[in-house]
Amino acid sequence: MNLKIKNPDTINISSVRADFPILSQKVYGKNLVYLDNGASTQKPQQVIDNITATYERSYANVHRGVHYLSQISTDAMELARRTIRLFVNARSDSEIIFVRGATEGINLVASSWGRKNLTTGDEIILSEMEHHANIVPWQLVAEQTGAIIKVIPISECGELEMADFKNLLSDRTKLVAITHVSNALGTVVPLSEIIHYSHEAGSLVLVDGCQAVPHLAVDLQKLDADFYTFSGHKLYGPSGIGILYGKEEILESMPPYQGGGEMIDTVSFKGSTWADLPFKFEAGTPNIADAIGLGEAVNYVSSIGLDAIAAHEPSLLSHATERLNEMQSVKIIGNANNKAAIISFLIEGVHPHDIGTILDRNGIAVRTGHHCAQPVMERYNVPATVRASFAMYNTFDEIDLFIKGLDKVREIFS
Amino acid sequence: MSVSINNLYQDVILDHSKKPRNFGKLEKSTHFARVNNPLCGDKITVYLKIEGEHILEATFEARGCAITLASASMMSEMIKGKKISEAIALFKKFHSLITAEQNFHIDGLGDLTALSGVREFPTRIKCATLSWQAMEKAVEEIN
Repeated sequence: MNLKIKNPDTINISSVRADFPILSQKVYGKNLVYLDNGASTQKPQQVIDNITATYERSYANVHRGVHYLSQISTDAMELARRTIRLFVNARSDSEIIFVRGATEGINLVASSWGRKNLTTGDEIILSEMEHHANIVPWQLVAEQTGAIIKVIPISECGELEMADFKNLLSDRTKLVAITHVSNALGTVVPLSEIIHYSHEAGSLVLVDGCQAVPHLAVDLQKLDADFYTFSGHKLYGPSGIGILYGKEEILESMPPYQGGGEMIDTVSFKGSTWADLPFKFEAGTPNIADAIGLGEAVNYVSSIGLDAIAAHEPSLLSHATERLNEMQSVKIIGNANNKAAIISFLIEGVHPHDIGTILDRNGIAVRTGHHCAQPVMERYNVPATVRASFAMYNTFDEIDLFIKGLDKVREIFS
Repeated sequence: MSVSINNLYQDVILDHSKKPRNFGKLEKSTHFARVNNPLCGDKITVYLKIEGEHILEATFEARGCAITLASASMMSEMIKGKKISEAIALFKKFHSLITAEQNFHIDGLGDLTALSGVREFPTRIKCATLSWQAMEKAVEEIN
């Protein structure tokens, strides 16, 4: 497939930055410093051009027409599926389902697998560091089925309490739904261990991989997760497209999530039959151009190399951590041993919202708020935090500008 | 430093946010209401002591940003002794000040005028109005 030659451990920042047109623009007259990548990453020209090219030259509805455009559109979408399958090393293309994003991926499993397999007294284990999208769908299905939700607590430094997790596991556990990387704390959870113990207890595991796939190589066959989901827009791809991976035999056993076109085999008023995987779970005309665009985003990330990204981003994280720790009155929330390039913090006496506004007027985009992880905020007894999250295109200079912005915050609130 | 940032965080606002007036629960309150800012998880509760048509006392408890706290603090001072209808009218006036397209002066807003800079920060309008919405909610049944 994509065989660009690259040096495995280095990243050519200026050439990477040149690929992202939005990064060179000014905000309030200042150079944009974009540190909100955990919410959504920016898009390289390659992805933007790919989406344009689809609409300009090769767009038609997929999997139906006999005509030329329908065929090349279908081929492009299926090629994207294969590219993504290879990127996460799934066993077969049938295991890669296009969804709107991780939120839909989780809702699909909760709704289809959950309603079929959960019953009164069954247990679902979540963690205290989950995004709302990996909490609420389970609460909804628990309400419908009588299943019970158990929660793995997190330690002061932001790691999962693994001893508690092992105690929660039992023969009542039907599913462990867990994030791979915490969006609010940056913690990388010990996923292999979690999956190992869950399987030993006879439970399936669903992983929210949104914050993991942009930062670290994911090998689904090696991980052995039963479900794994992520959003395209956090992986330098378009918004409105994402992936749900499921093991083929489990997906086969699940009823459709939505009914409509694309997912049918035959329809009659006596009863209908379903299409084969993955189409069984892709009702309606899919988000064709963005699915193809996500394939291009994956090609882009592969051409830079996750090894190179995984060498660059931790150095940004440690530089930012060091600089923040030098500042008096700054407190970092989440100091796990194994962290992705996400850093949540507070400045004593200044509300995160005010910090966000002042940074913004200096061209620096960070996220402030609860990051859709209110249980995490509750755990640390804070209303909100400021979160800087880094991507492959961020630089040390940008971190220094960010720190300078924080000096201005402290100046105003001194 | 951009002019607009200093315009937002004026001394009078920082003063109110660091030393909020009438902060705390009002034990003898007759009416109270709590509202959240779903954007950031901030919460505010406004307590009122009302007799007839008049607000005799107003306090608040909040977890919020400088804008939320300053606006609440100023409100608690300004609505004290006013009729309920006057307090609501004041909110309307204040709301039009911070949502106006251009800077213009509105009489009778006192310290609240300092919050006019919020108009340049549309994401912060909710912060400036949070306490007022709680006040409005607290008097809903009477008004």
